[in-house]
Amino acid sequence: MANIQLRNVRKAFGAVEVIKGIDLDIQSGEFMVFVGPSGCGKSTLLRLVAGLEDITSGELSFDGKIVNGLAPSKRGIAMVFQSYALYPHMTVYANMAFGMQLQGGGKEEIKKRVEAAAELLQITPYLARLPKQLSGGQRQRVAIGRAIVRDPKVFLFDEPLSNLDAALRVATRLEIAKLHHDMHNVTMVYVTHDQVEAMTLADRICVLRDGLVEQVGTPLELYENPQSLFVAGFIGSPKMNFLTGKFAEPFKAKTIGARSEHLEVKSNGSGLWKGEVIHSENLGSDSYIYVNVGSDEPLIVRENGTALHQAGDVLSVGLIEGEKLHKFDAVGKPFDA
Amino acid sequence: MATDTLAPPMAMPGVRIKSELMQQRVRAARWFLLPMLIALAVVAGWPLLRSIYFSFTDASLNNLYGAEWVGFNNYLRWTTLDSGKTVYRGLLVDPKWWGAVGNTLRFAAYSVTFEAIFGMIVALVLNAEFKGRGIVRAAILIPWAIPTIVSAKMWSWMLNDQFGILNDLGMRLGLLSQKVAWTANSDTAMTAVLIVDIWKTTPFMALLILAGLQMIPKDIYEAAEIDGVHPVKQFFRITLPLVRPALMVAIIFRLLDALRIFDLIYVLTPNSDSTKTMSVLARENLFDFDKFAYGSAMSTLLFLIIAILTILYIWLGKVRFDGGDR
Ligand SMILES: Nc1ncnc2c1ncn2[C@@H]1O[C@H](COP(=O)(O)OP(=O)(O)OP(=O)(O)O)[C@@H](O)[C@H]1O
Ligand SMILES: [Mg+2]
Repeated sequence: MANIQLRNVRKAFGAVEVIKGIDLDIQSGEFMVFVGPSGCGKSTLLRLVAGLEDITSGELSFDGKIVNGLAPSKRGIAMVFQSYALYPHMTVYANMAFGMQLQGGGKEEIKKRVEAAAELLQITPYLARLPKQLSGGQRQRVAIGRAIVRDPKVFLFDEPLSNLDAALRVATRLEIAKLHHDMHNVTMVYVTHDQVEAMTLADRICVLRDGLVEQVGTPLELYENPQSLFVAGFIGSPKMNFLTGKFAEPFKAKTIGARSEHLEVKSNGSGLWKGEVIHSENLGSDSYIYVNVGSDEPLIVRENGTALHQAGDVLSVGLIEGEKLHKFDAVGKPFDA
Repeated sequence: MATDTLAPPMAMPGVRIKSELMQQRVRAARWFLLPMLIALAVVAGWPLLRSIYFSFTDASLNNLYGAEWVGFNNYLRWTTLDSGKTVYRGLLVDPKWWGAVGNTLRFAAYSVTFEAIFGMIVALVLNAEFKGRGIVRAAILIPWAIPTIVSAKMWSWMLNDQFGILNDLGMRLGLLSQKVAWTANSDTAMTAVLIVDIWKTTPFMALLILAGLQMIPKDIYEAAEIDGVHPVKQFFRITLPLVRPALMVAIIFRLLDALRIFDLIYVLTPNSDSTKTMSVLARENLFDFDKFAYGSAMSTLLFLIIAILTILYIWLGKVRFDGGDR
């Protein structure tokens, strides 16, 4: 139940400016994901919203009220840290109840809230344990539970899944998605550098680069209409294929881009590019073949099923009917025609 | 299914390998410990046993080897007078000794308490981020680095009744109405000793606590900030419980030190009955009064008292020496 507005927000550590003027509106009830390469300022931006760092200049407001100077505990937020940040000397129950106890909540009320959160996250059997007696995934759920108990208007997550193994990451991702669905009108801001997490969780994604917003939009918008070379390369897995120089000239572009899932092998030799297969990756359901067409990096082509092509095969590769080639000008901006 | 049936035979060698590794480690540990155990036996074990032995003899400084066994006579002996009255004598009924025990315990309790409190405050300050922290950290160690004899002499001049700077300052500022003989006056002697000891060893305490403070992850405090924990509550509910293991170890070090305090008192307030500690009294009897056996008995009791207090402390305080309960 909170709109978050950032107006020309800047943050400098000493002489180094890390956040360089960010304007962003996060709607009430929205799931906003910050993505970007390491060191681009995602965590810093989240910590500015949380109030753990002071804003150097600019305005941050919640529901139209400027909160630049407001203490974190007064902002109605809850934060889940990458390192969990559980109190090591308190039981799971005490960890979850601590914030409410300080706020002077009634014993019964606290118990009800903690137990409800524990139920939701399936950590009821561990309530009497200390954090060190839990696995990483269980600790992370306790950290999320502690956030839920606070009944915040805004949830902040800083790479909450990065310490978990692949299977657990997927499971916890689902739980967070479910949580967002169940808790109507709770705004969530989620930091990750994993673009799959971003694509699957987000209502909208904010791509950050070097302290500036590169593009904000729904996952599909970012996937289909990246507004820069950087976003095109960052969103999607595997990375979009980029071709420059003599490959781009026929299209009157500086760079052209094609996603591997939009490419196919043309058995009749009618493709745009021709080259030798140098490697193939088999994922079972689909496979990626790496074709050396003479560009700097091999072209990656996705095929359904297991790889039919072996290293050494010479193939002709082209766009699937109806798919689009992304064209970028000299400054990395996309253009059509 | 296949793995289920395979599992038990697979697990057996695994267990054996593990215990073999364990045995190897234990063997290696013993070898590494051996030199230290030998050194301890030579420099601590043997003298201790000799002292205990002498305490049961009538040894004197010029007759150490011809000493004869007298049983518990040095500790307690009694004679029944003709009048039927029984007179007890020996260390256990010596008021001087019990006075020294009282002085030692009082000194240890006060000094360790104040050092723990001041040490904690200094450690909290040093743990904060500020410019020049490195220099301050080094500077604060200076009192600890000065040899006790030197600092005791230094303080004894500062506390001097005629020329001391403390009396001078006190008079000028109007805090004192007349000059005080801090170290000679039996009312203030203990206070003087305590001031010097606290000044000297607070840095040591602070450094040990600081090491403990730095083990506490910073993100916990950020979580606390979001939970809205008041700084005072933060200290008592988060910092103190987490630094407790380090604090307990620091206190035990200081307690052991304080219970056998000798040099400071010997230099600062010699011959003052109000500060004479067990160690000082034992040395006096051993070497000055030529009551070697009696002094040995004191040393033995001193050892027993420290051992009992230490064991009690470790047991009651649930002290763990592995540096934390996380
Ligand atoms: N307290 C600080 N003092 C000085 N510089 C800092 C501080 N915190 C962060 N920075 C700098 O700010 C930049 C952004 O850091 P930030 O932690 O926000 O990156 P990030 O996008 O979260 O990266 P990652 O994905 O690796 O977590 C980095 O270059 C970092 O060195
Ligand atoms: Mg980060």
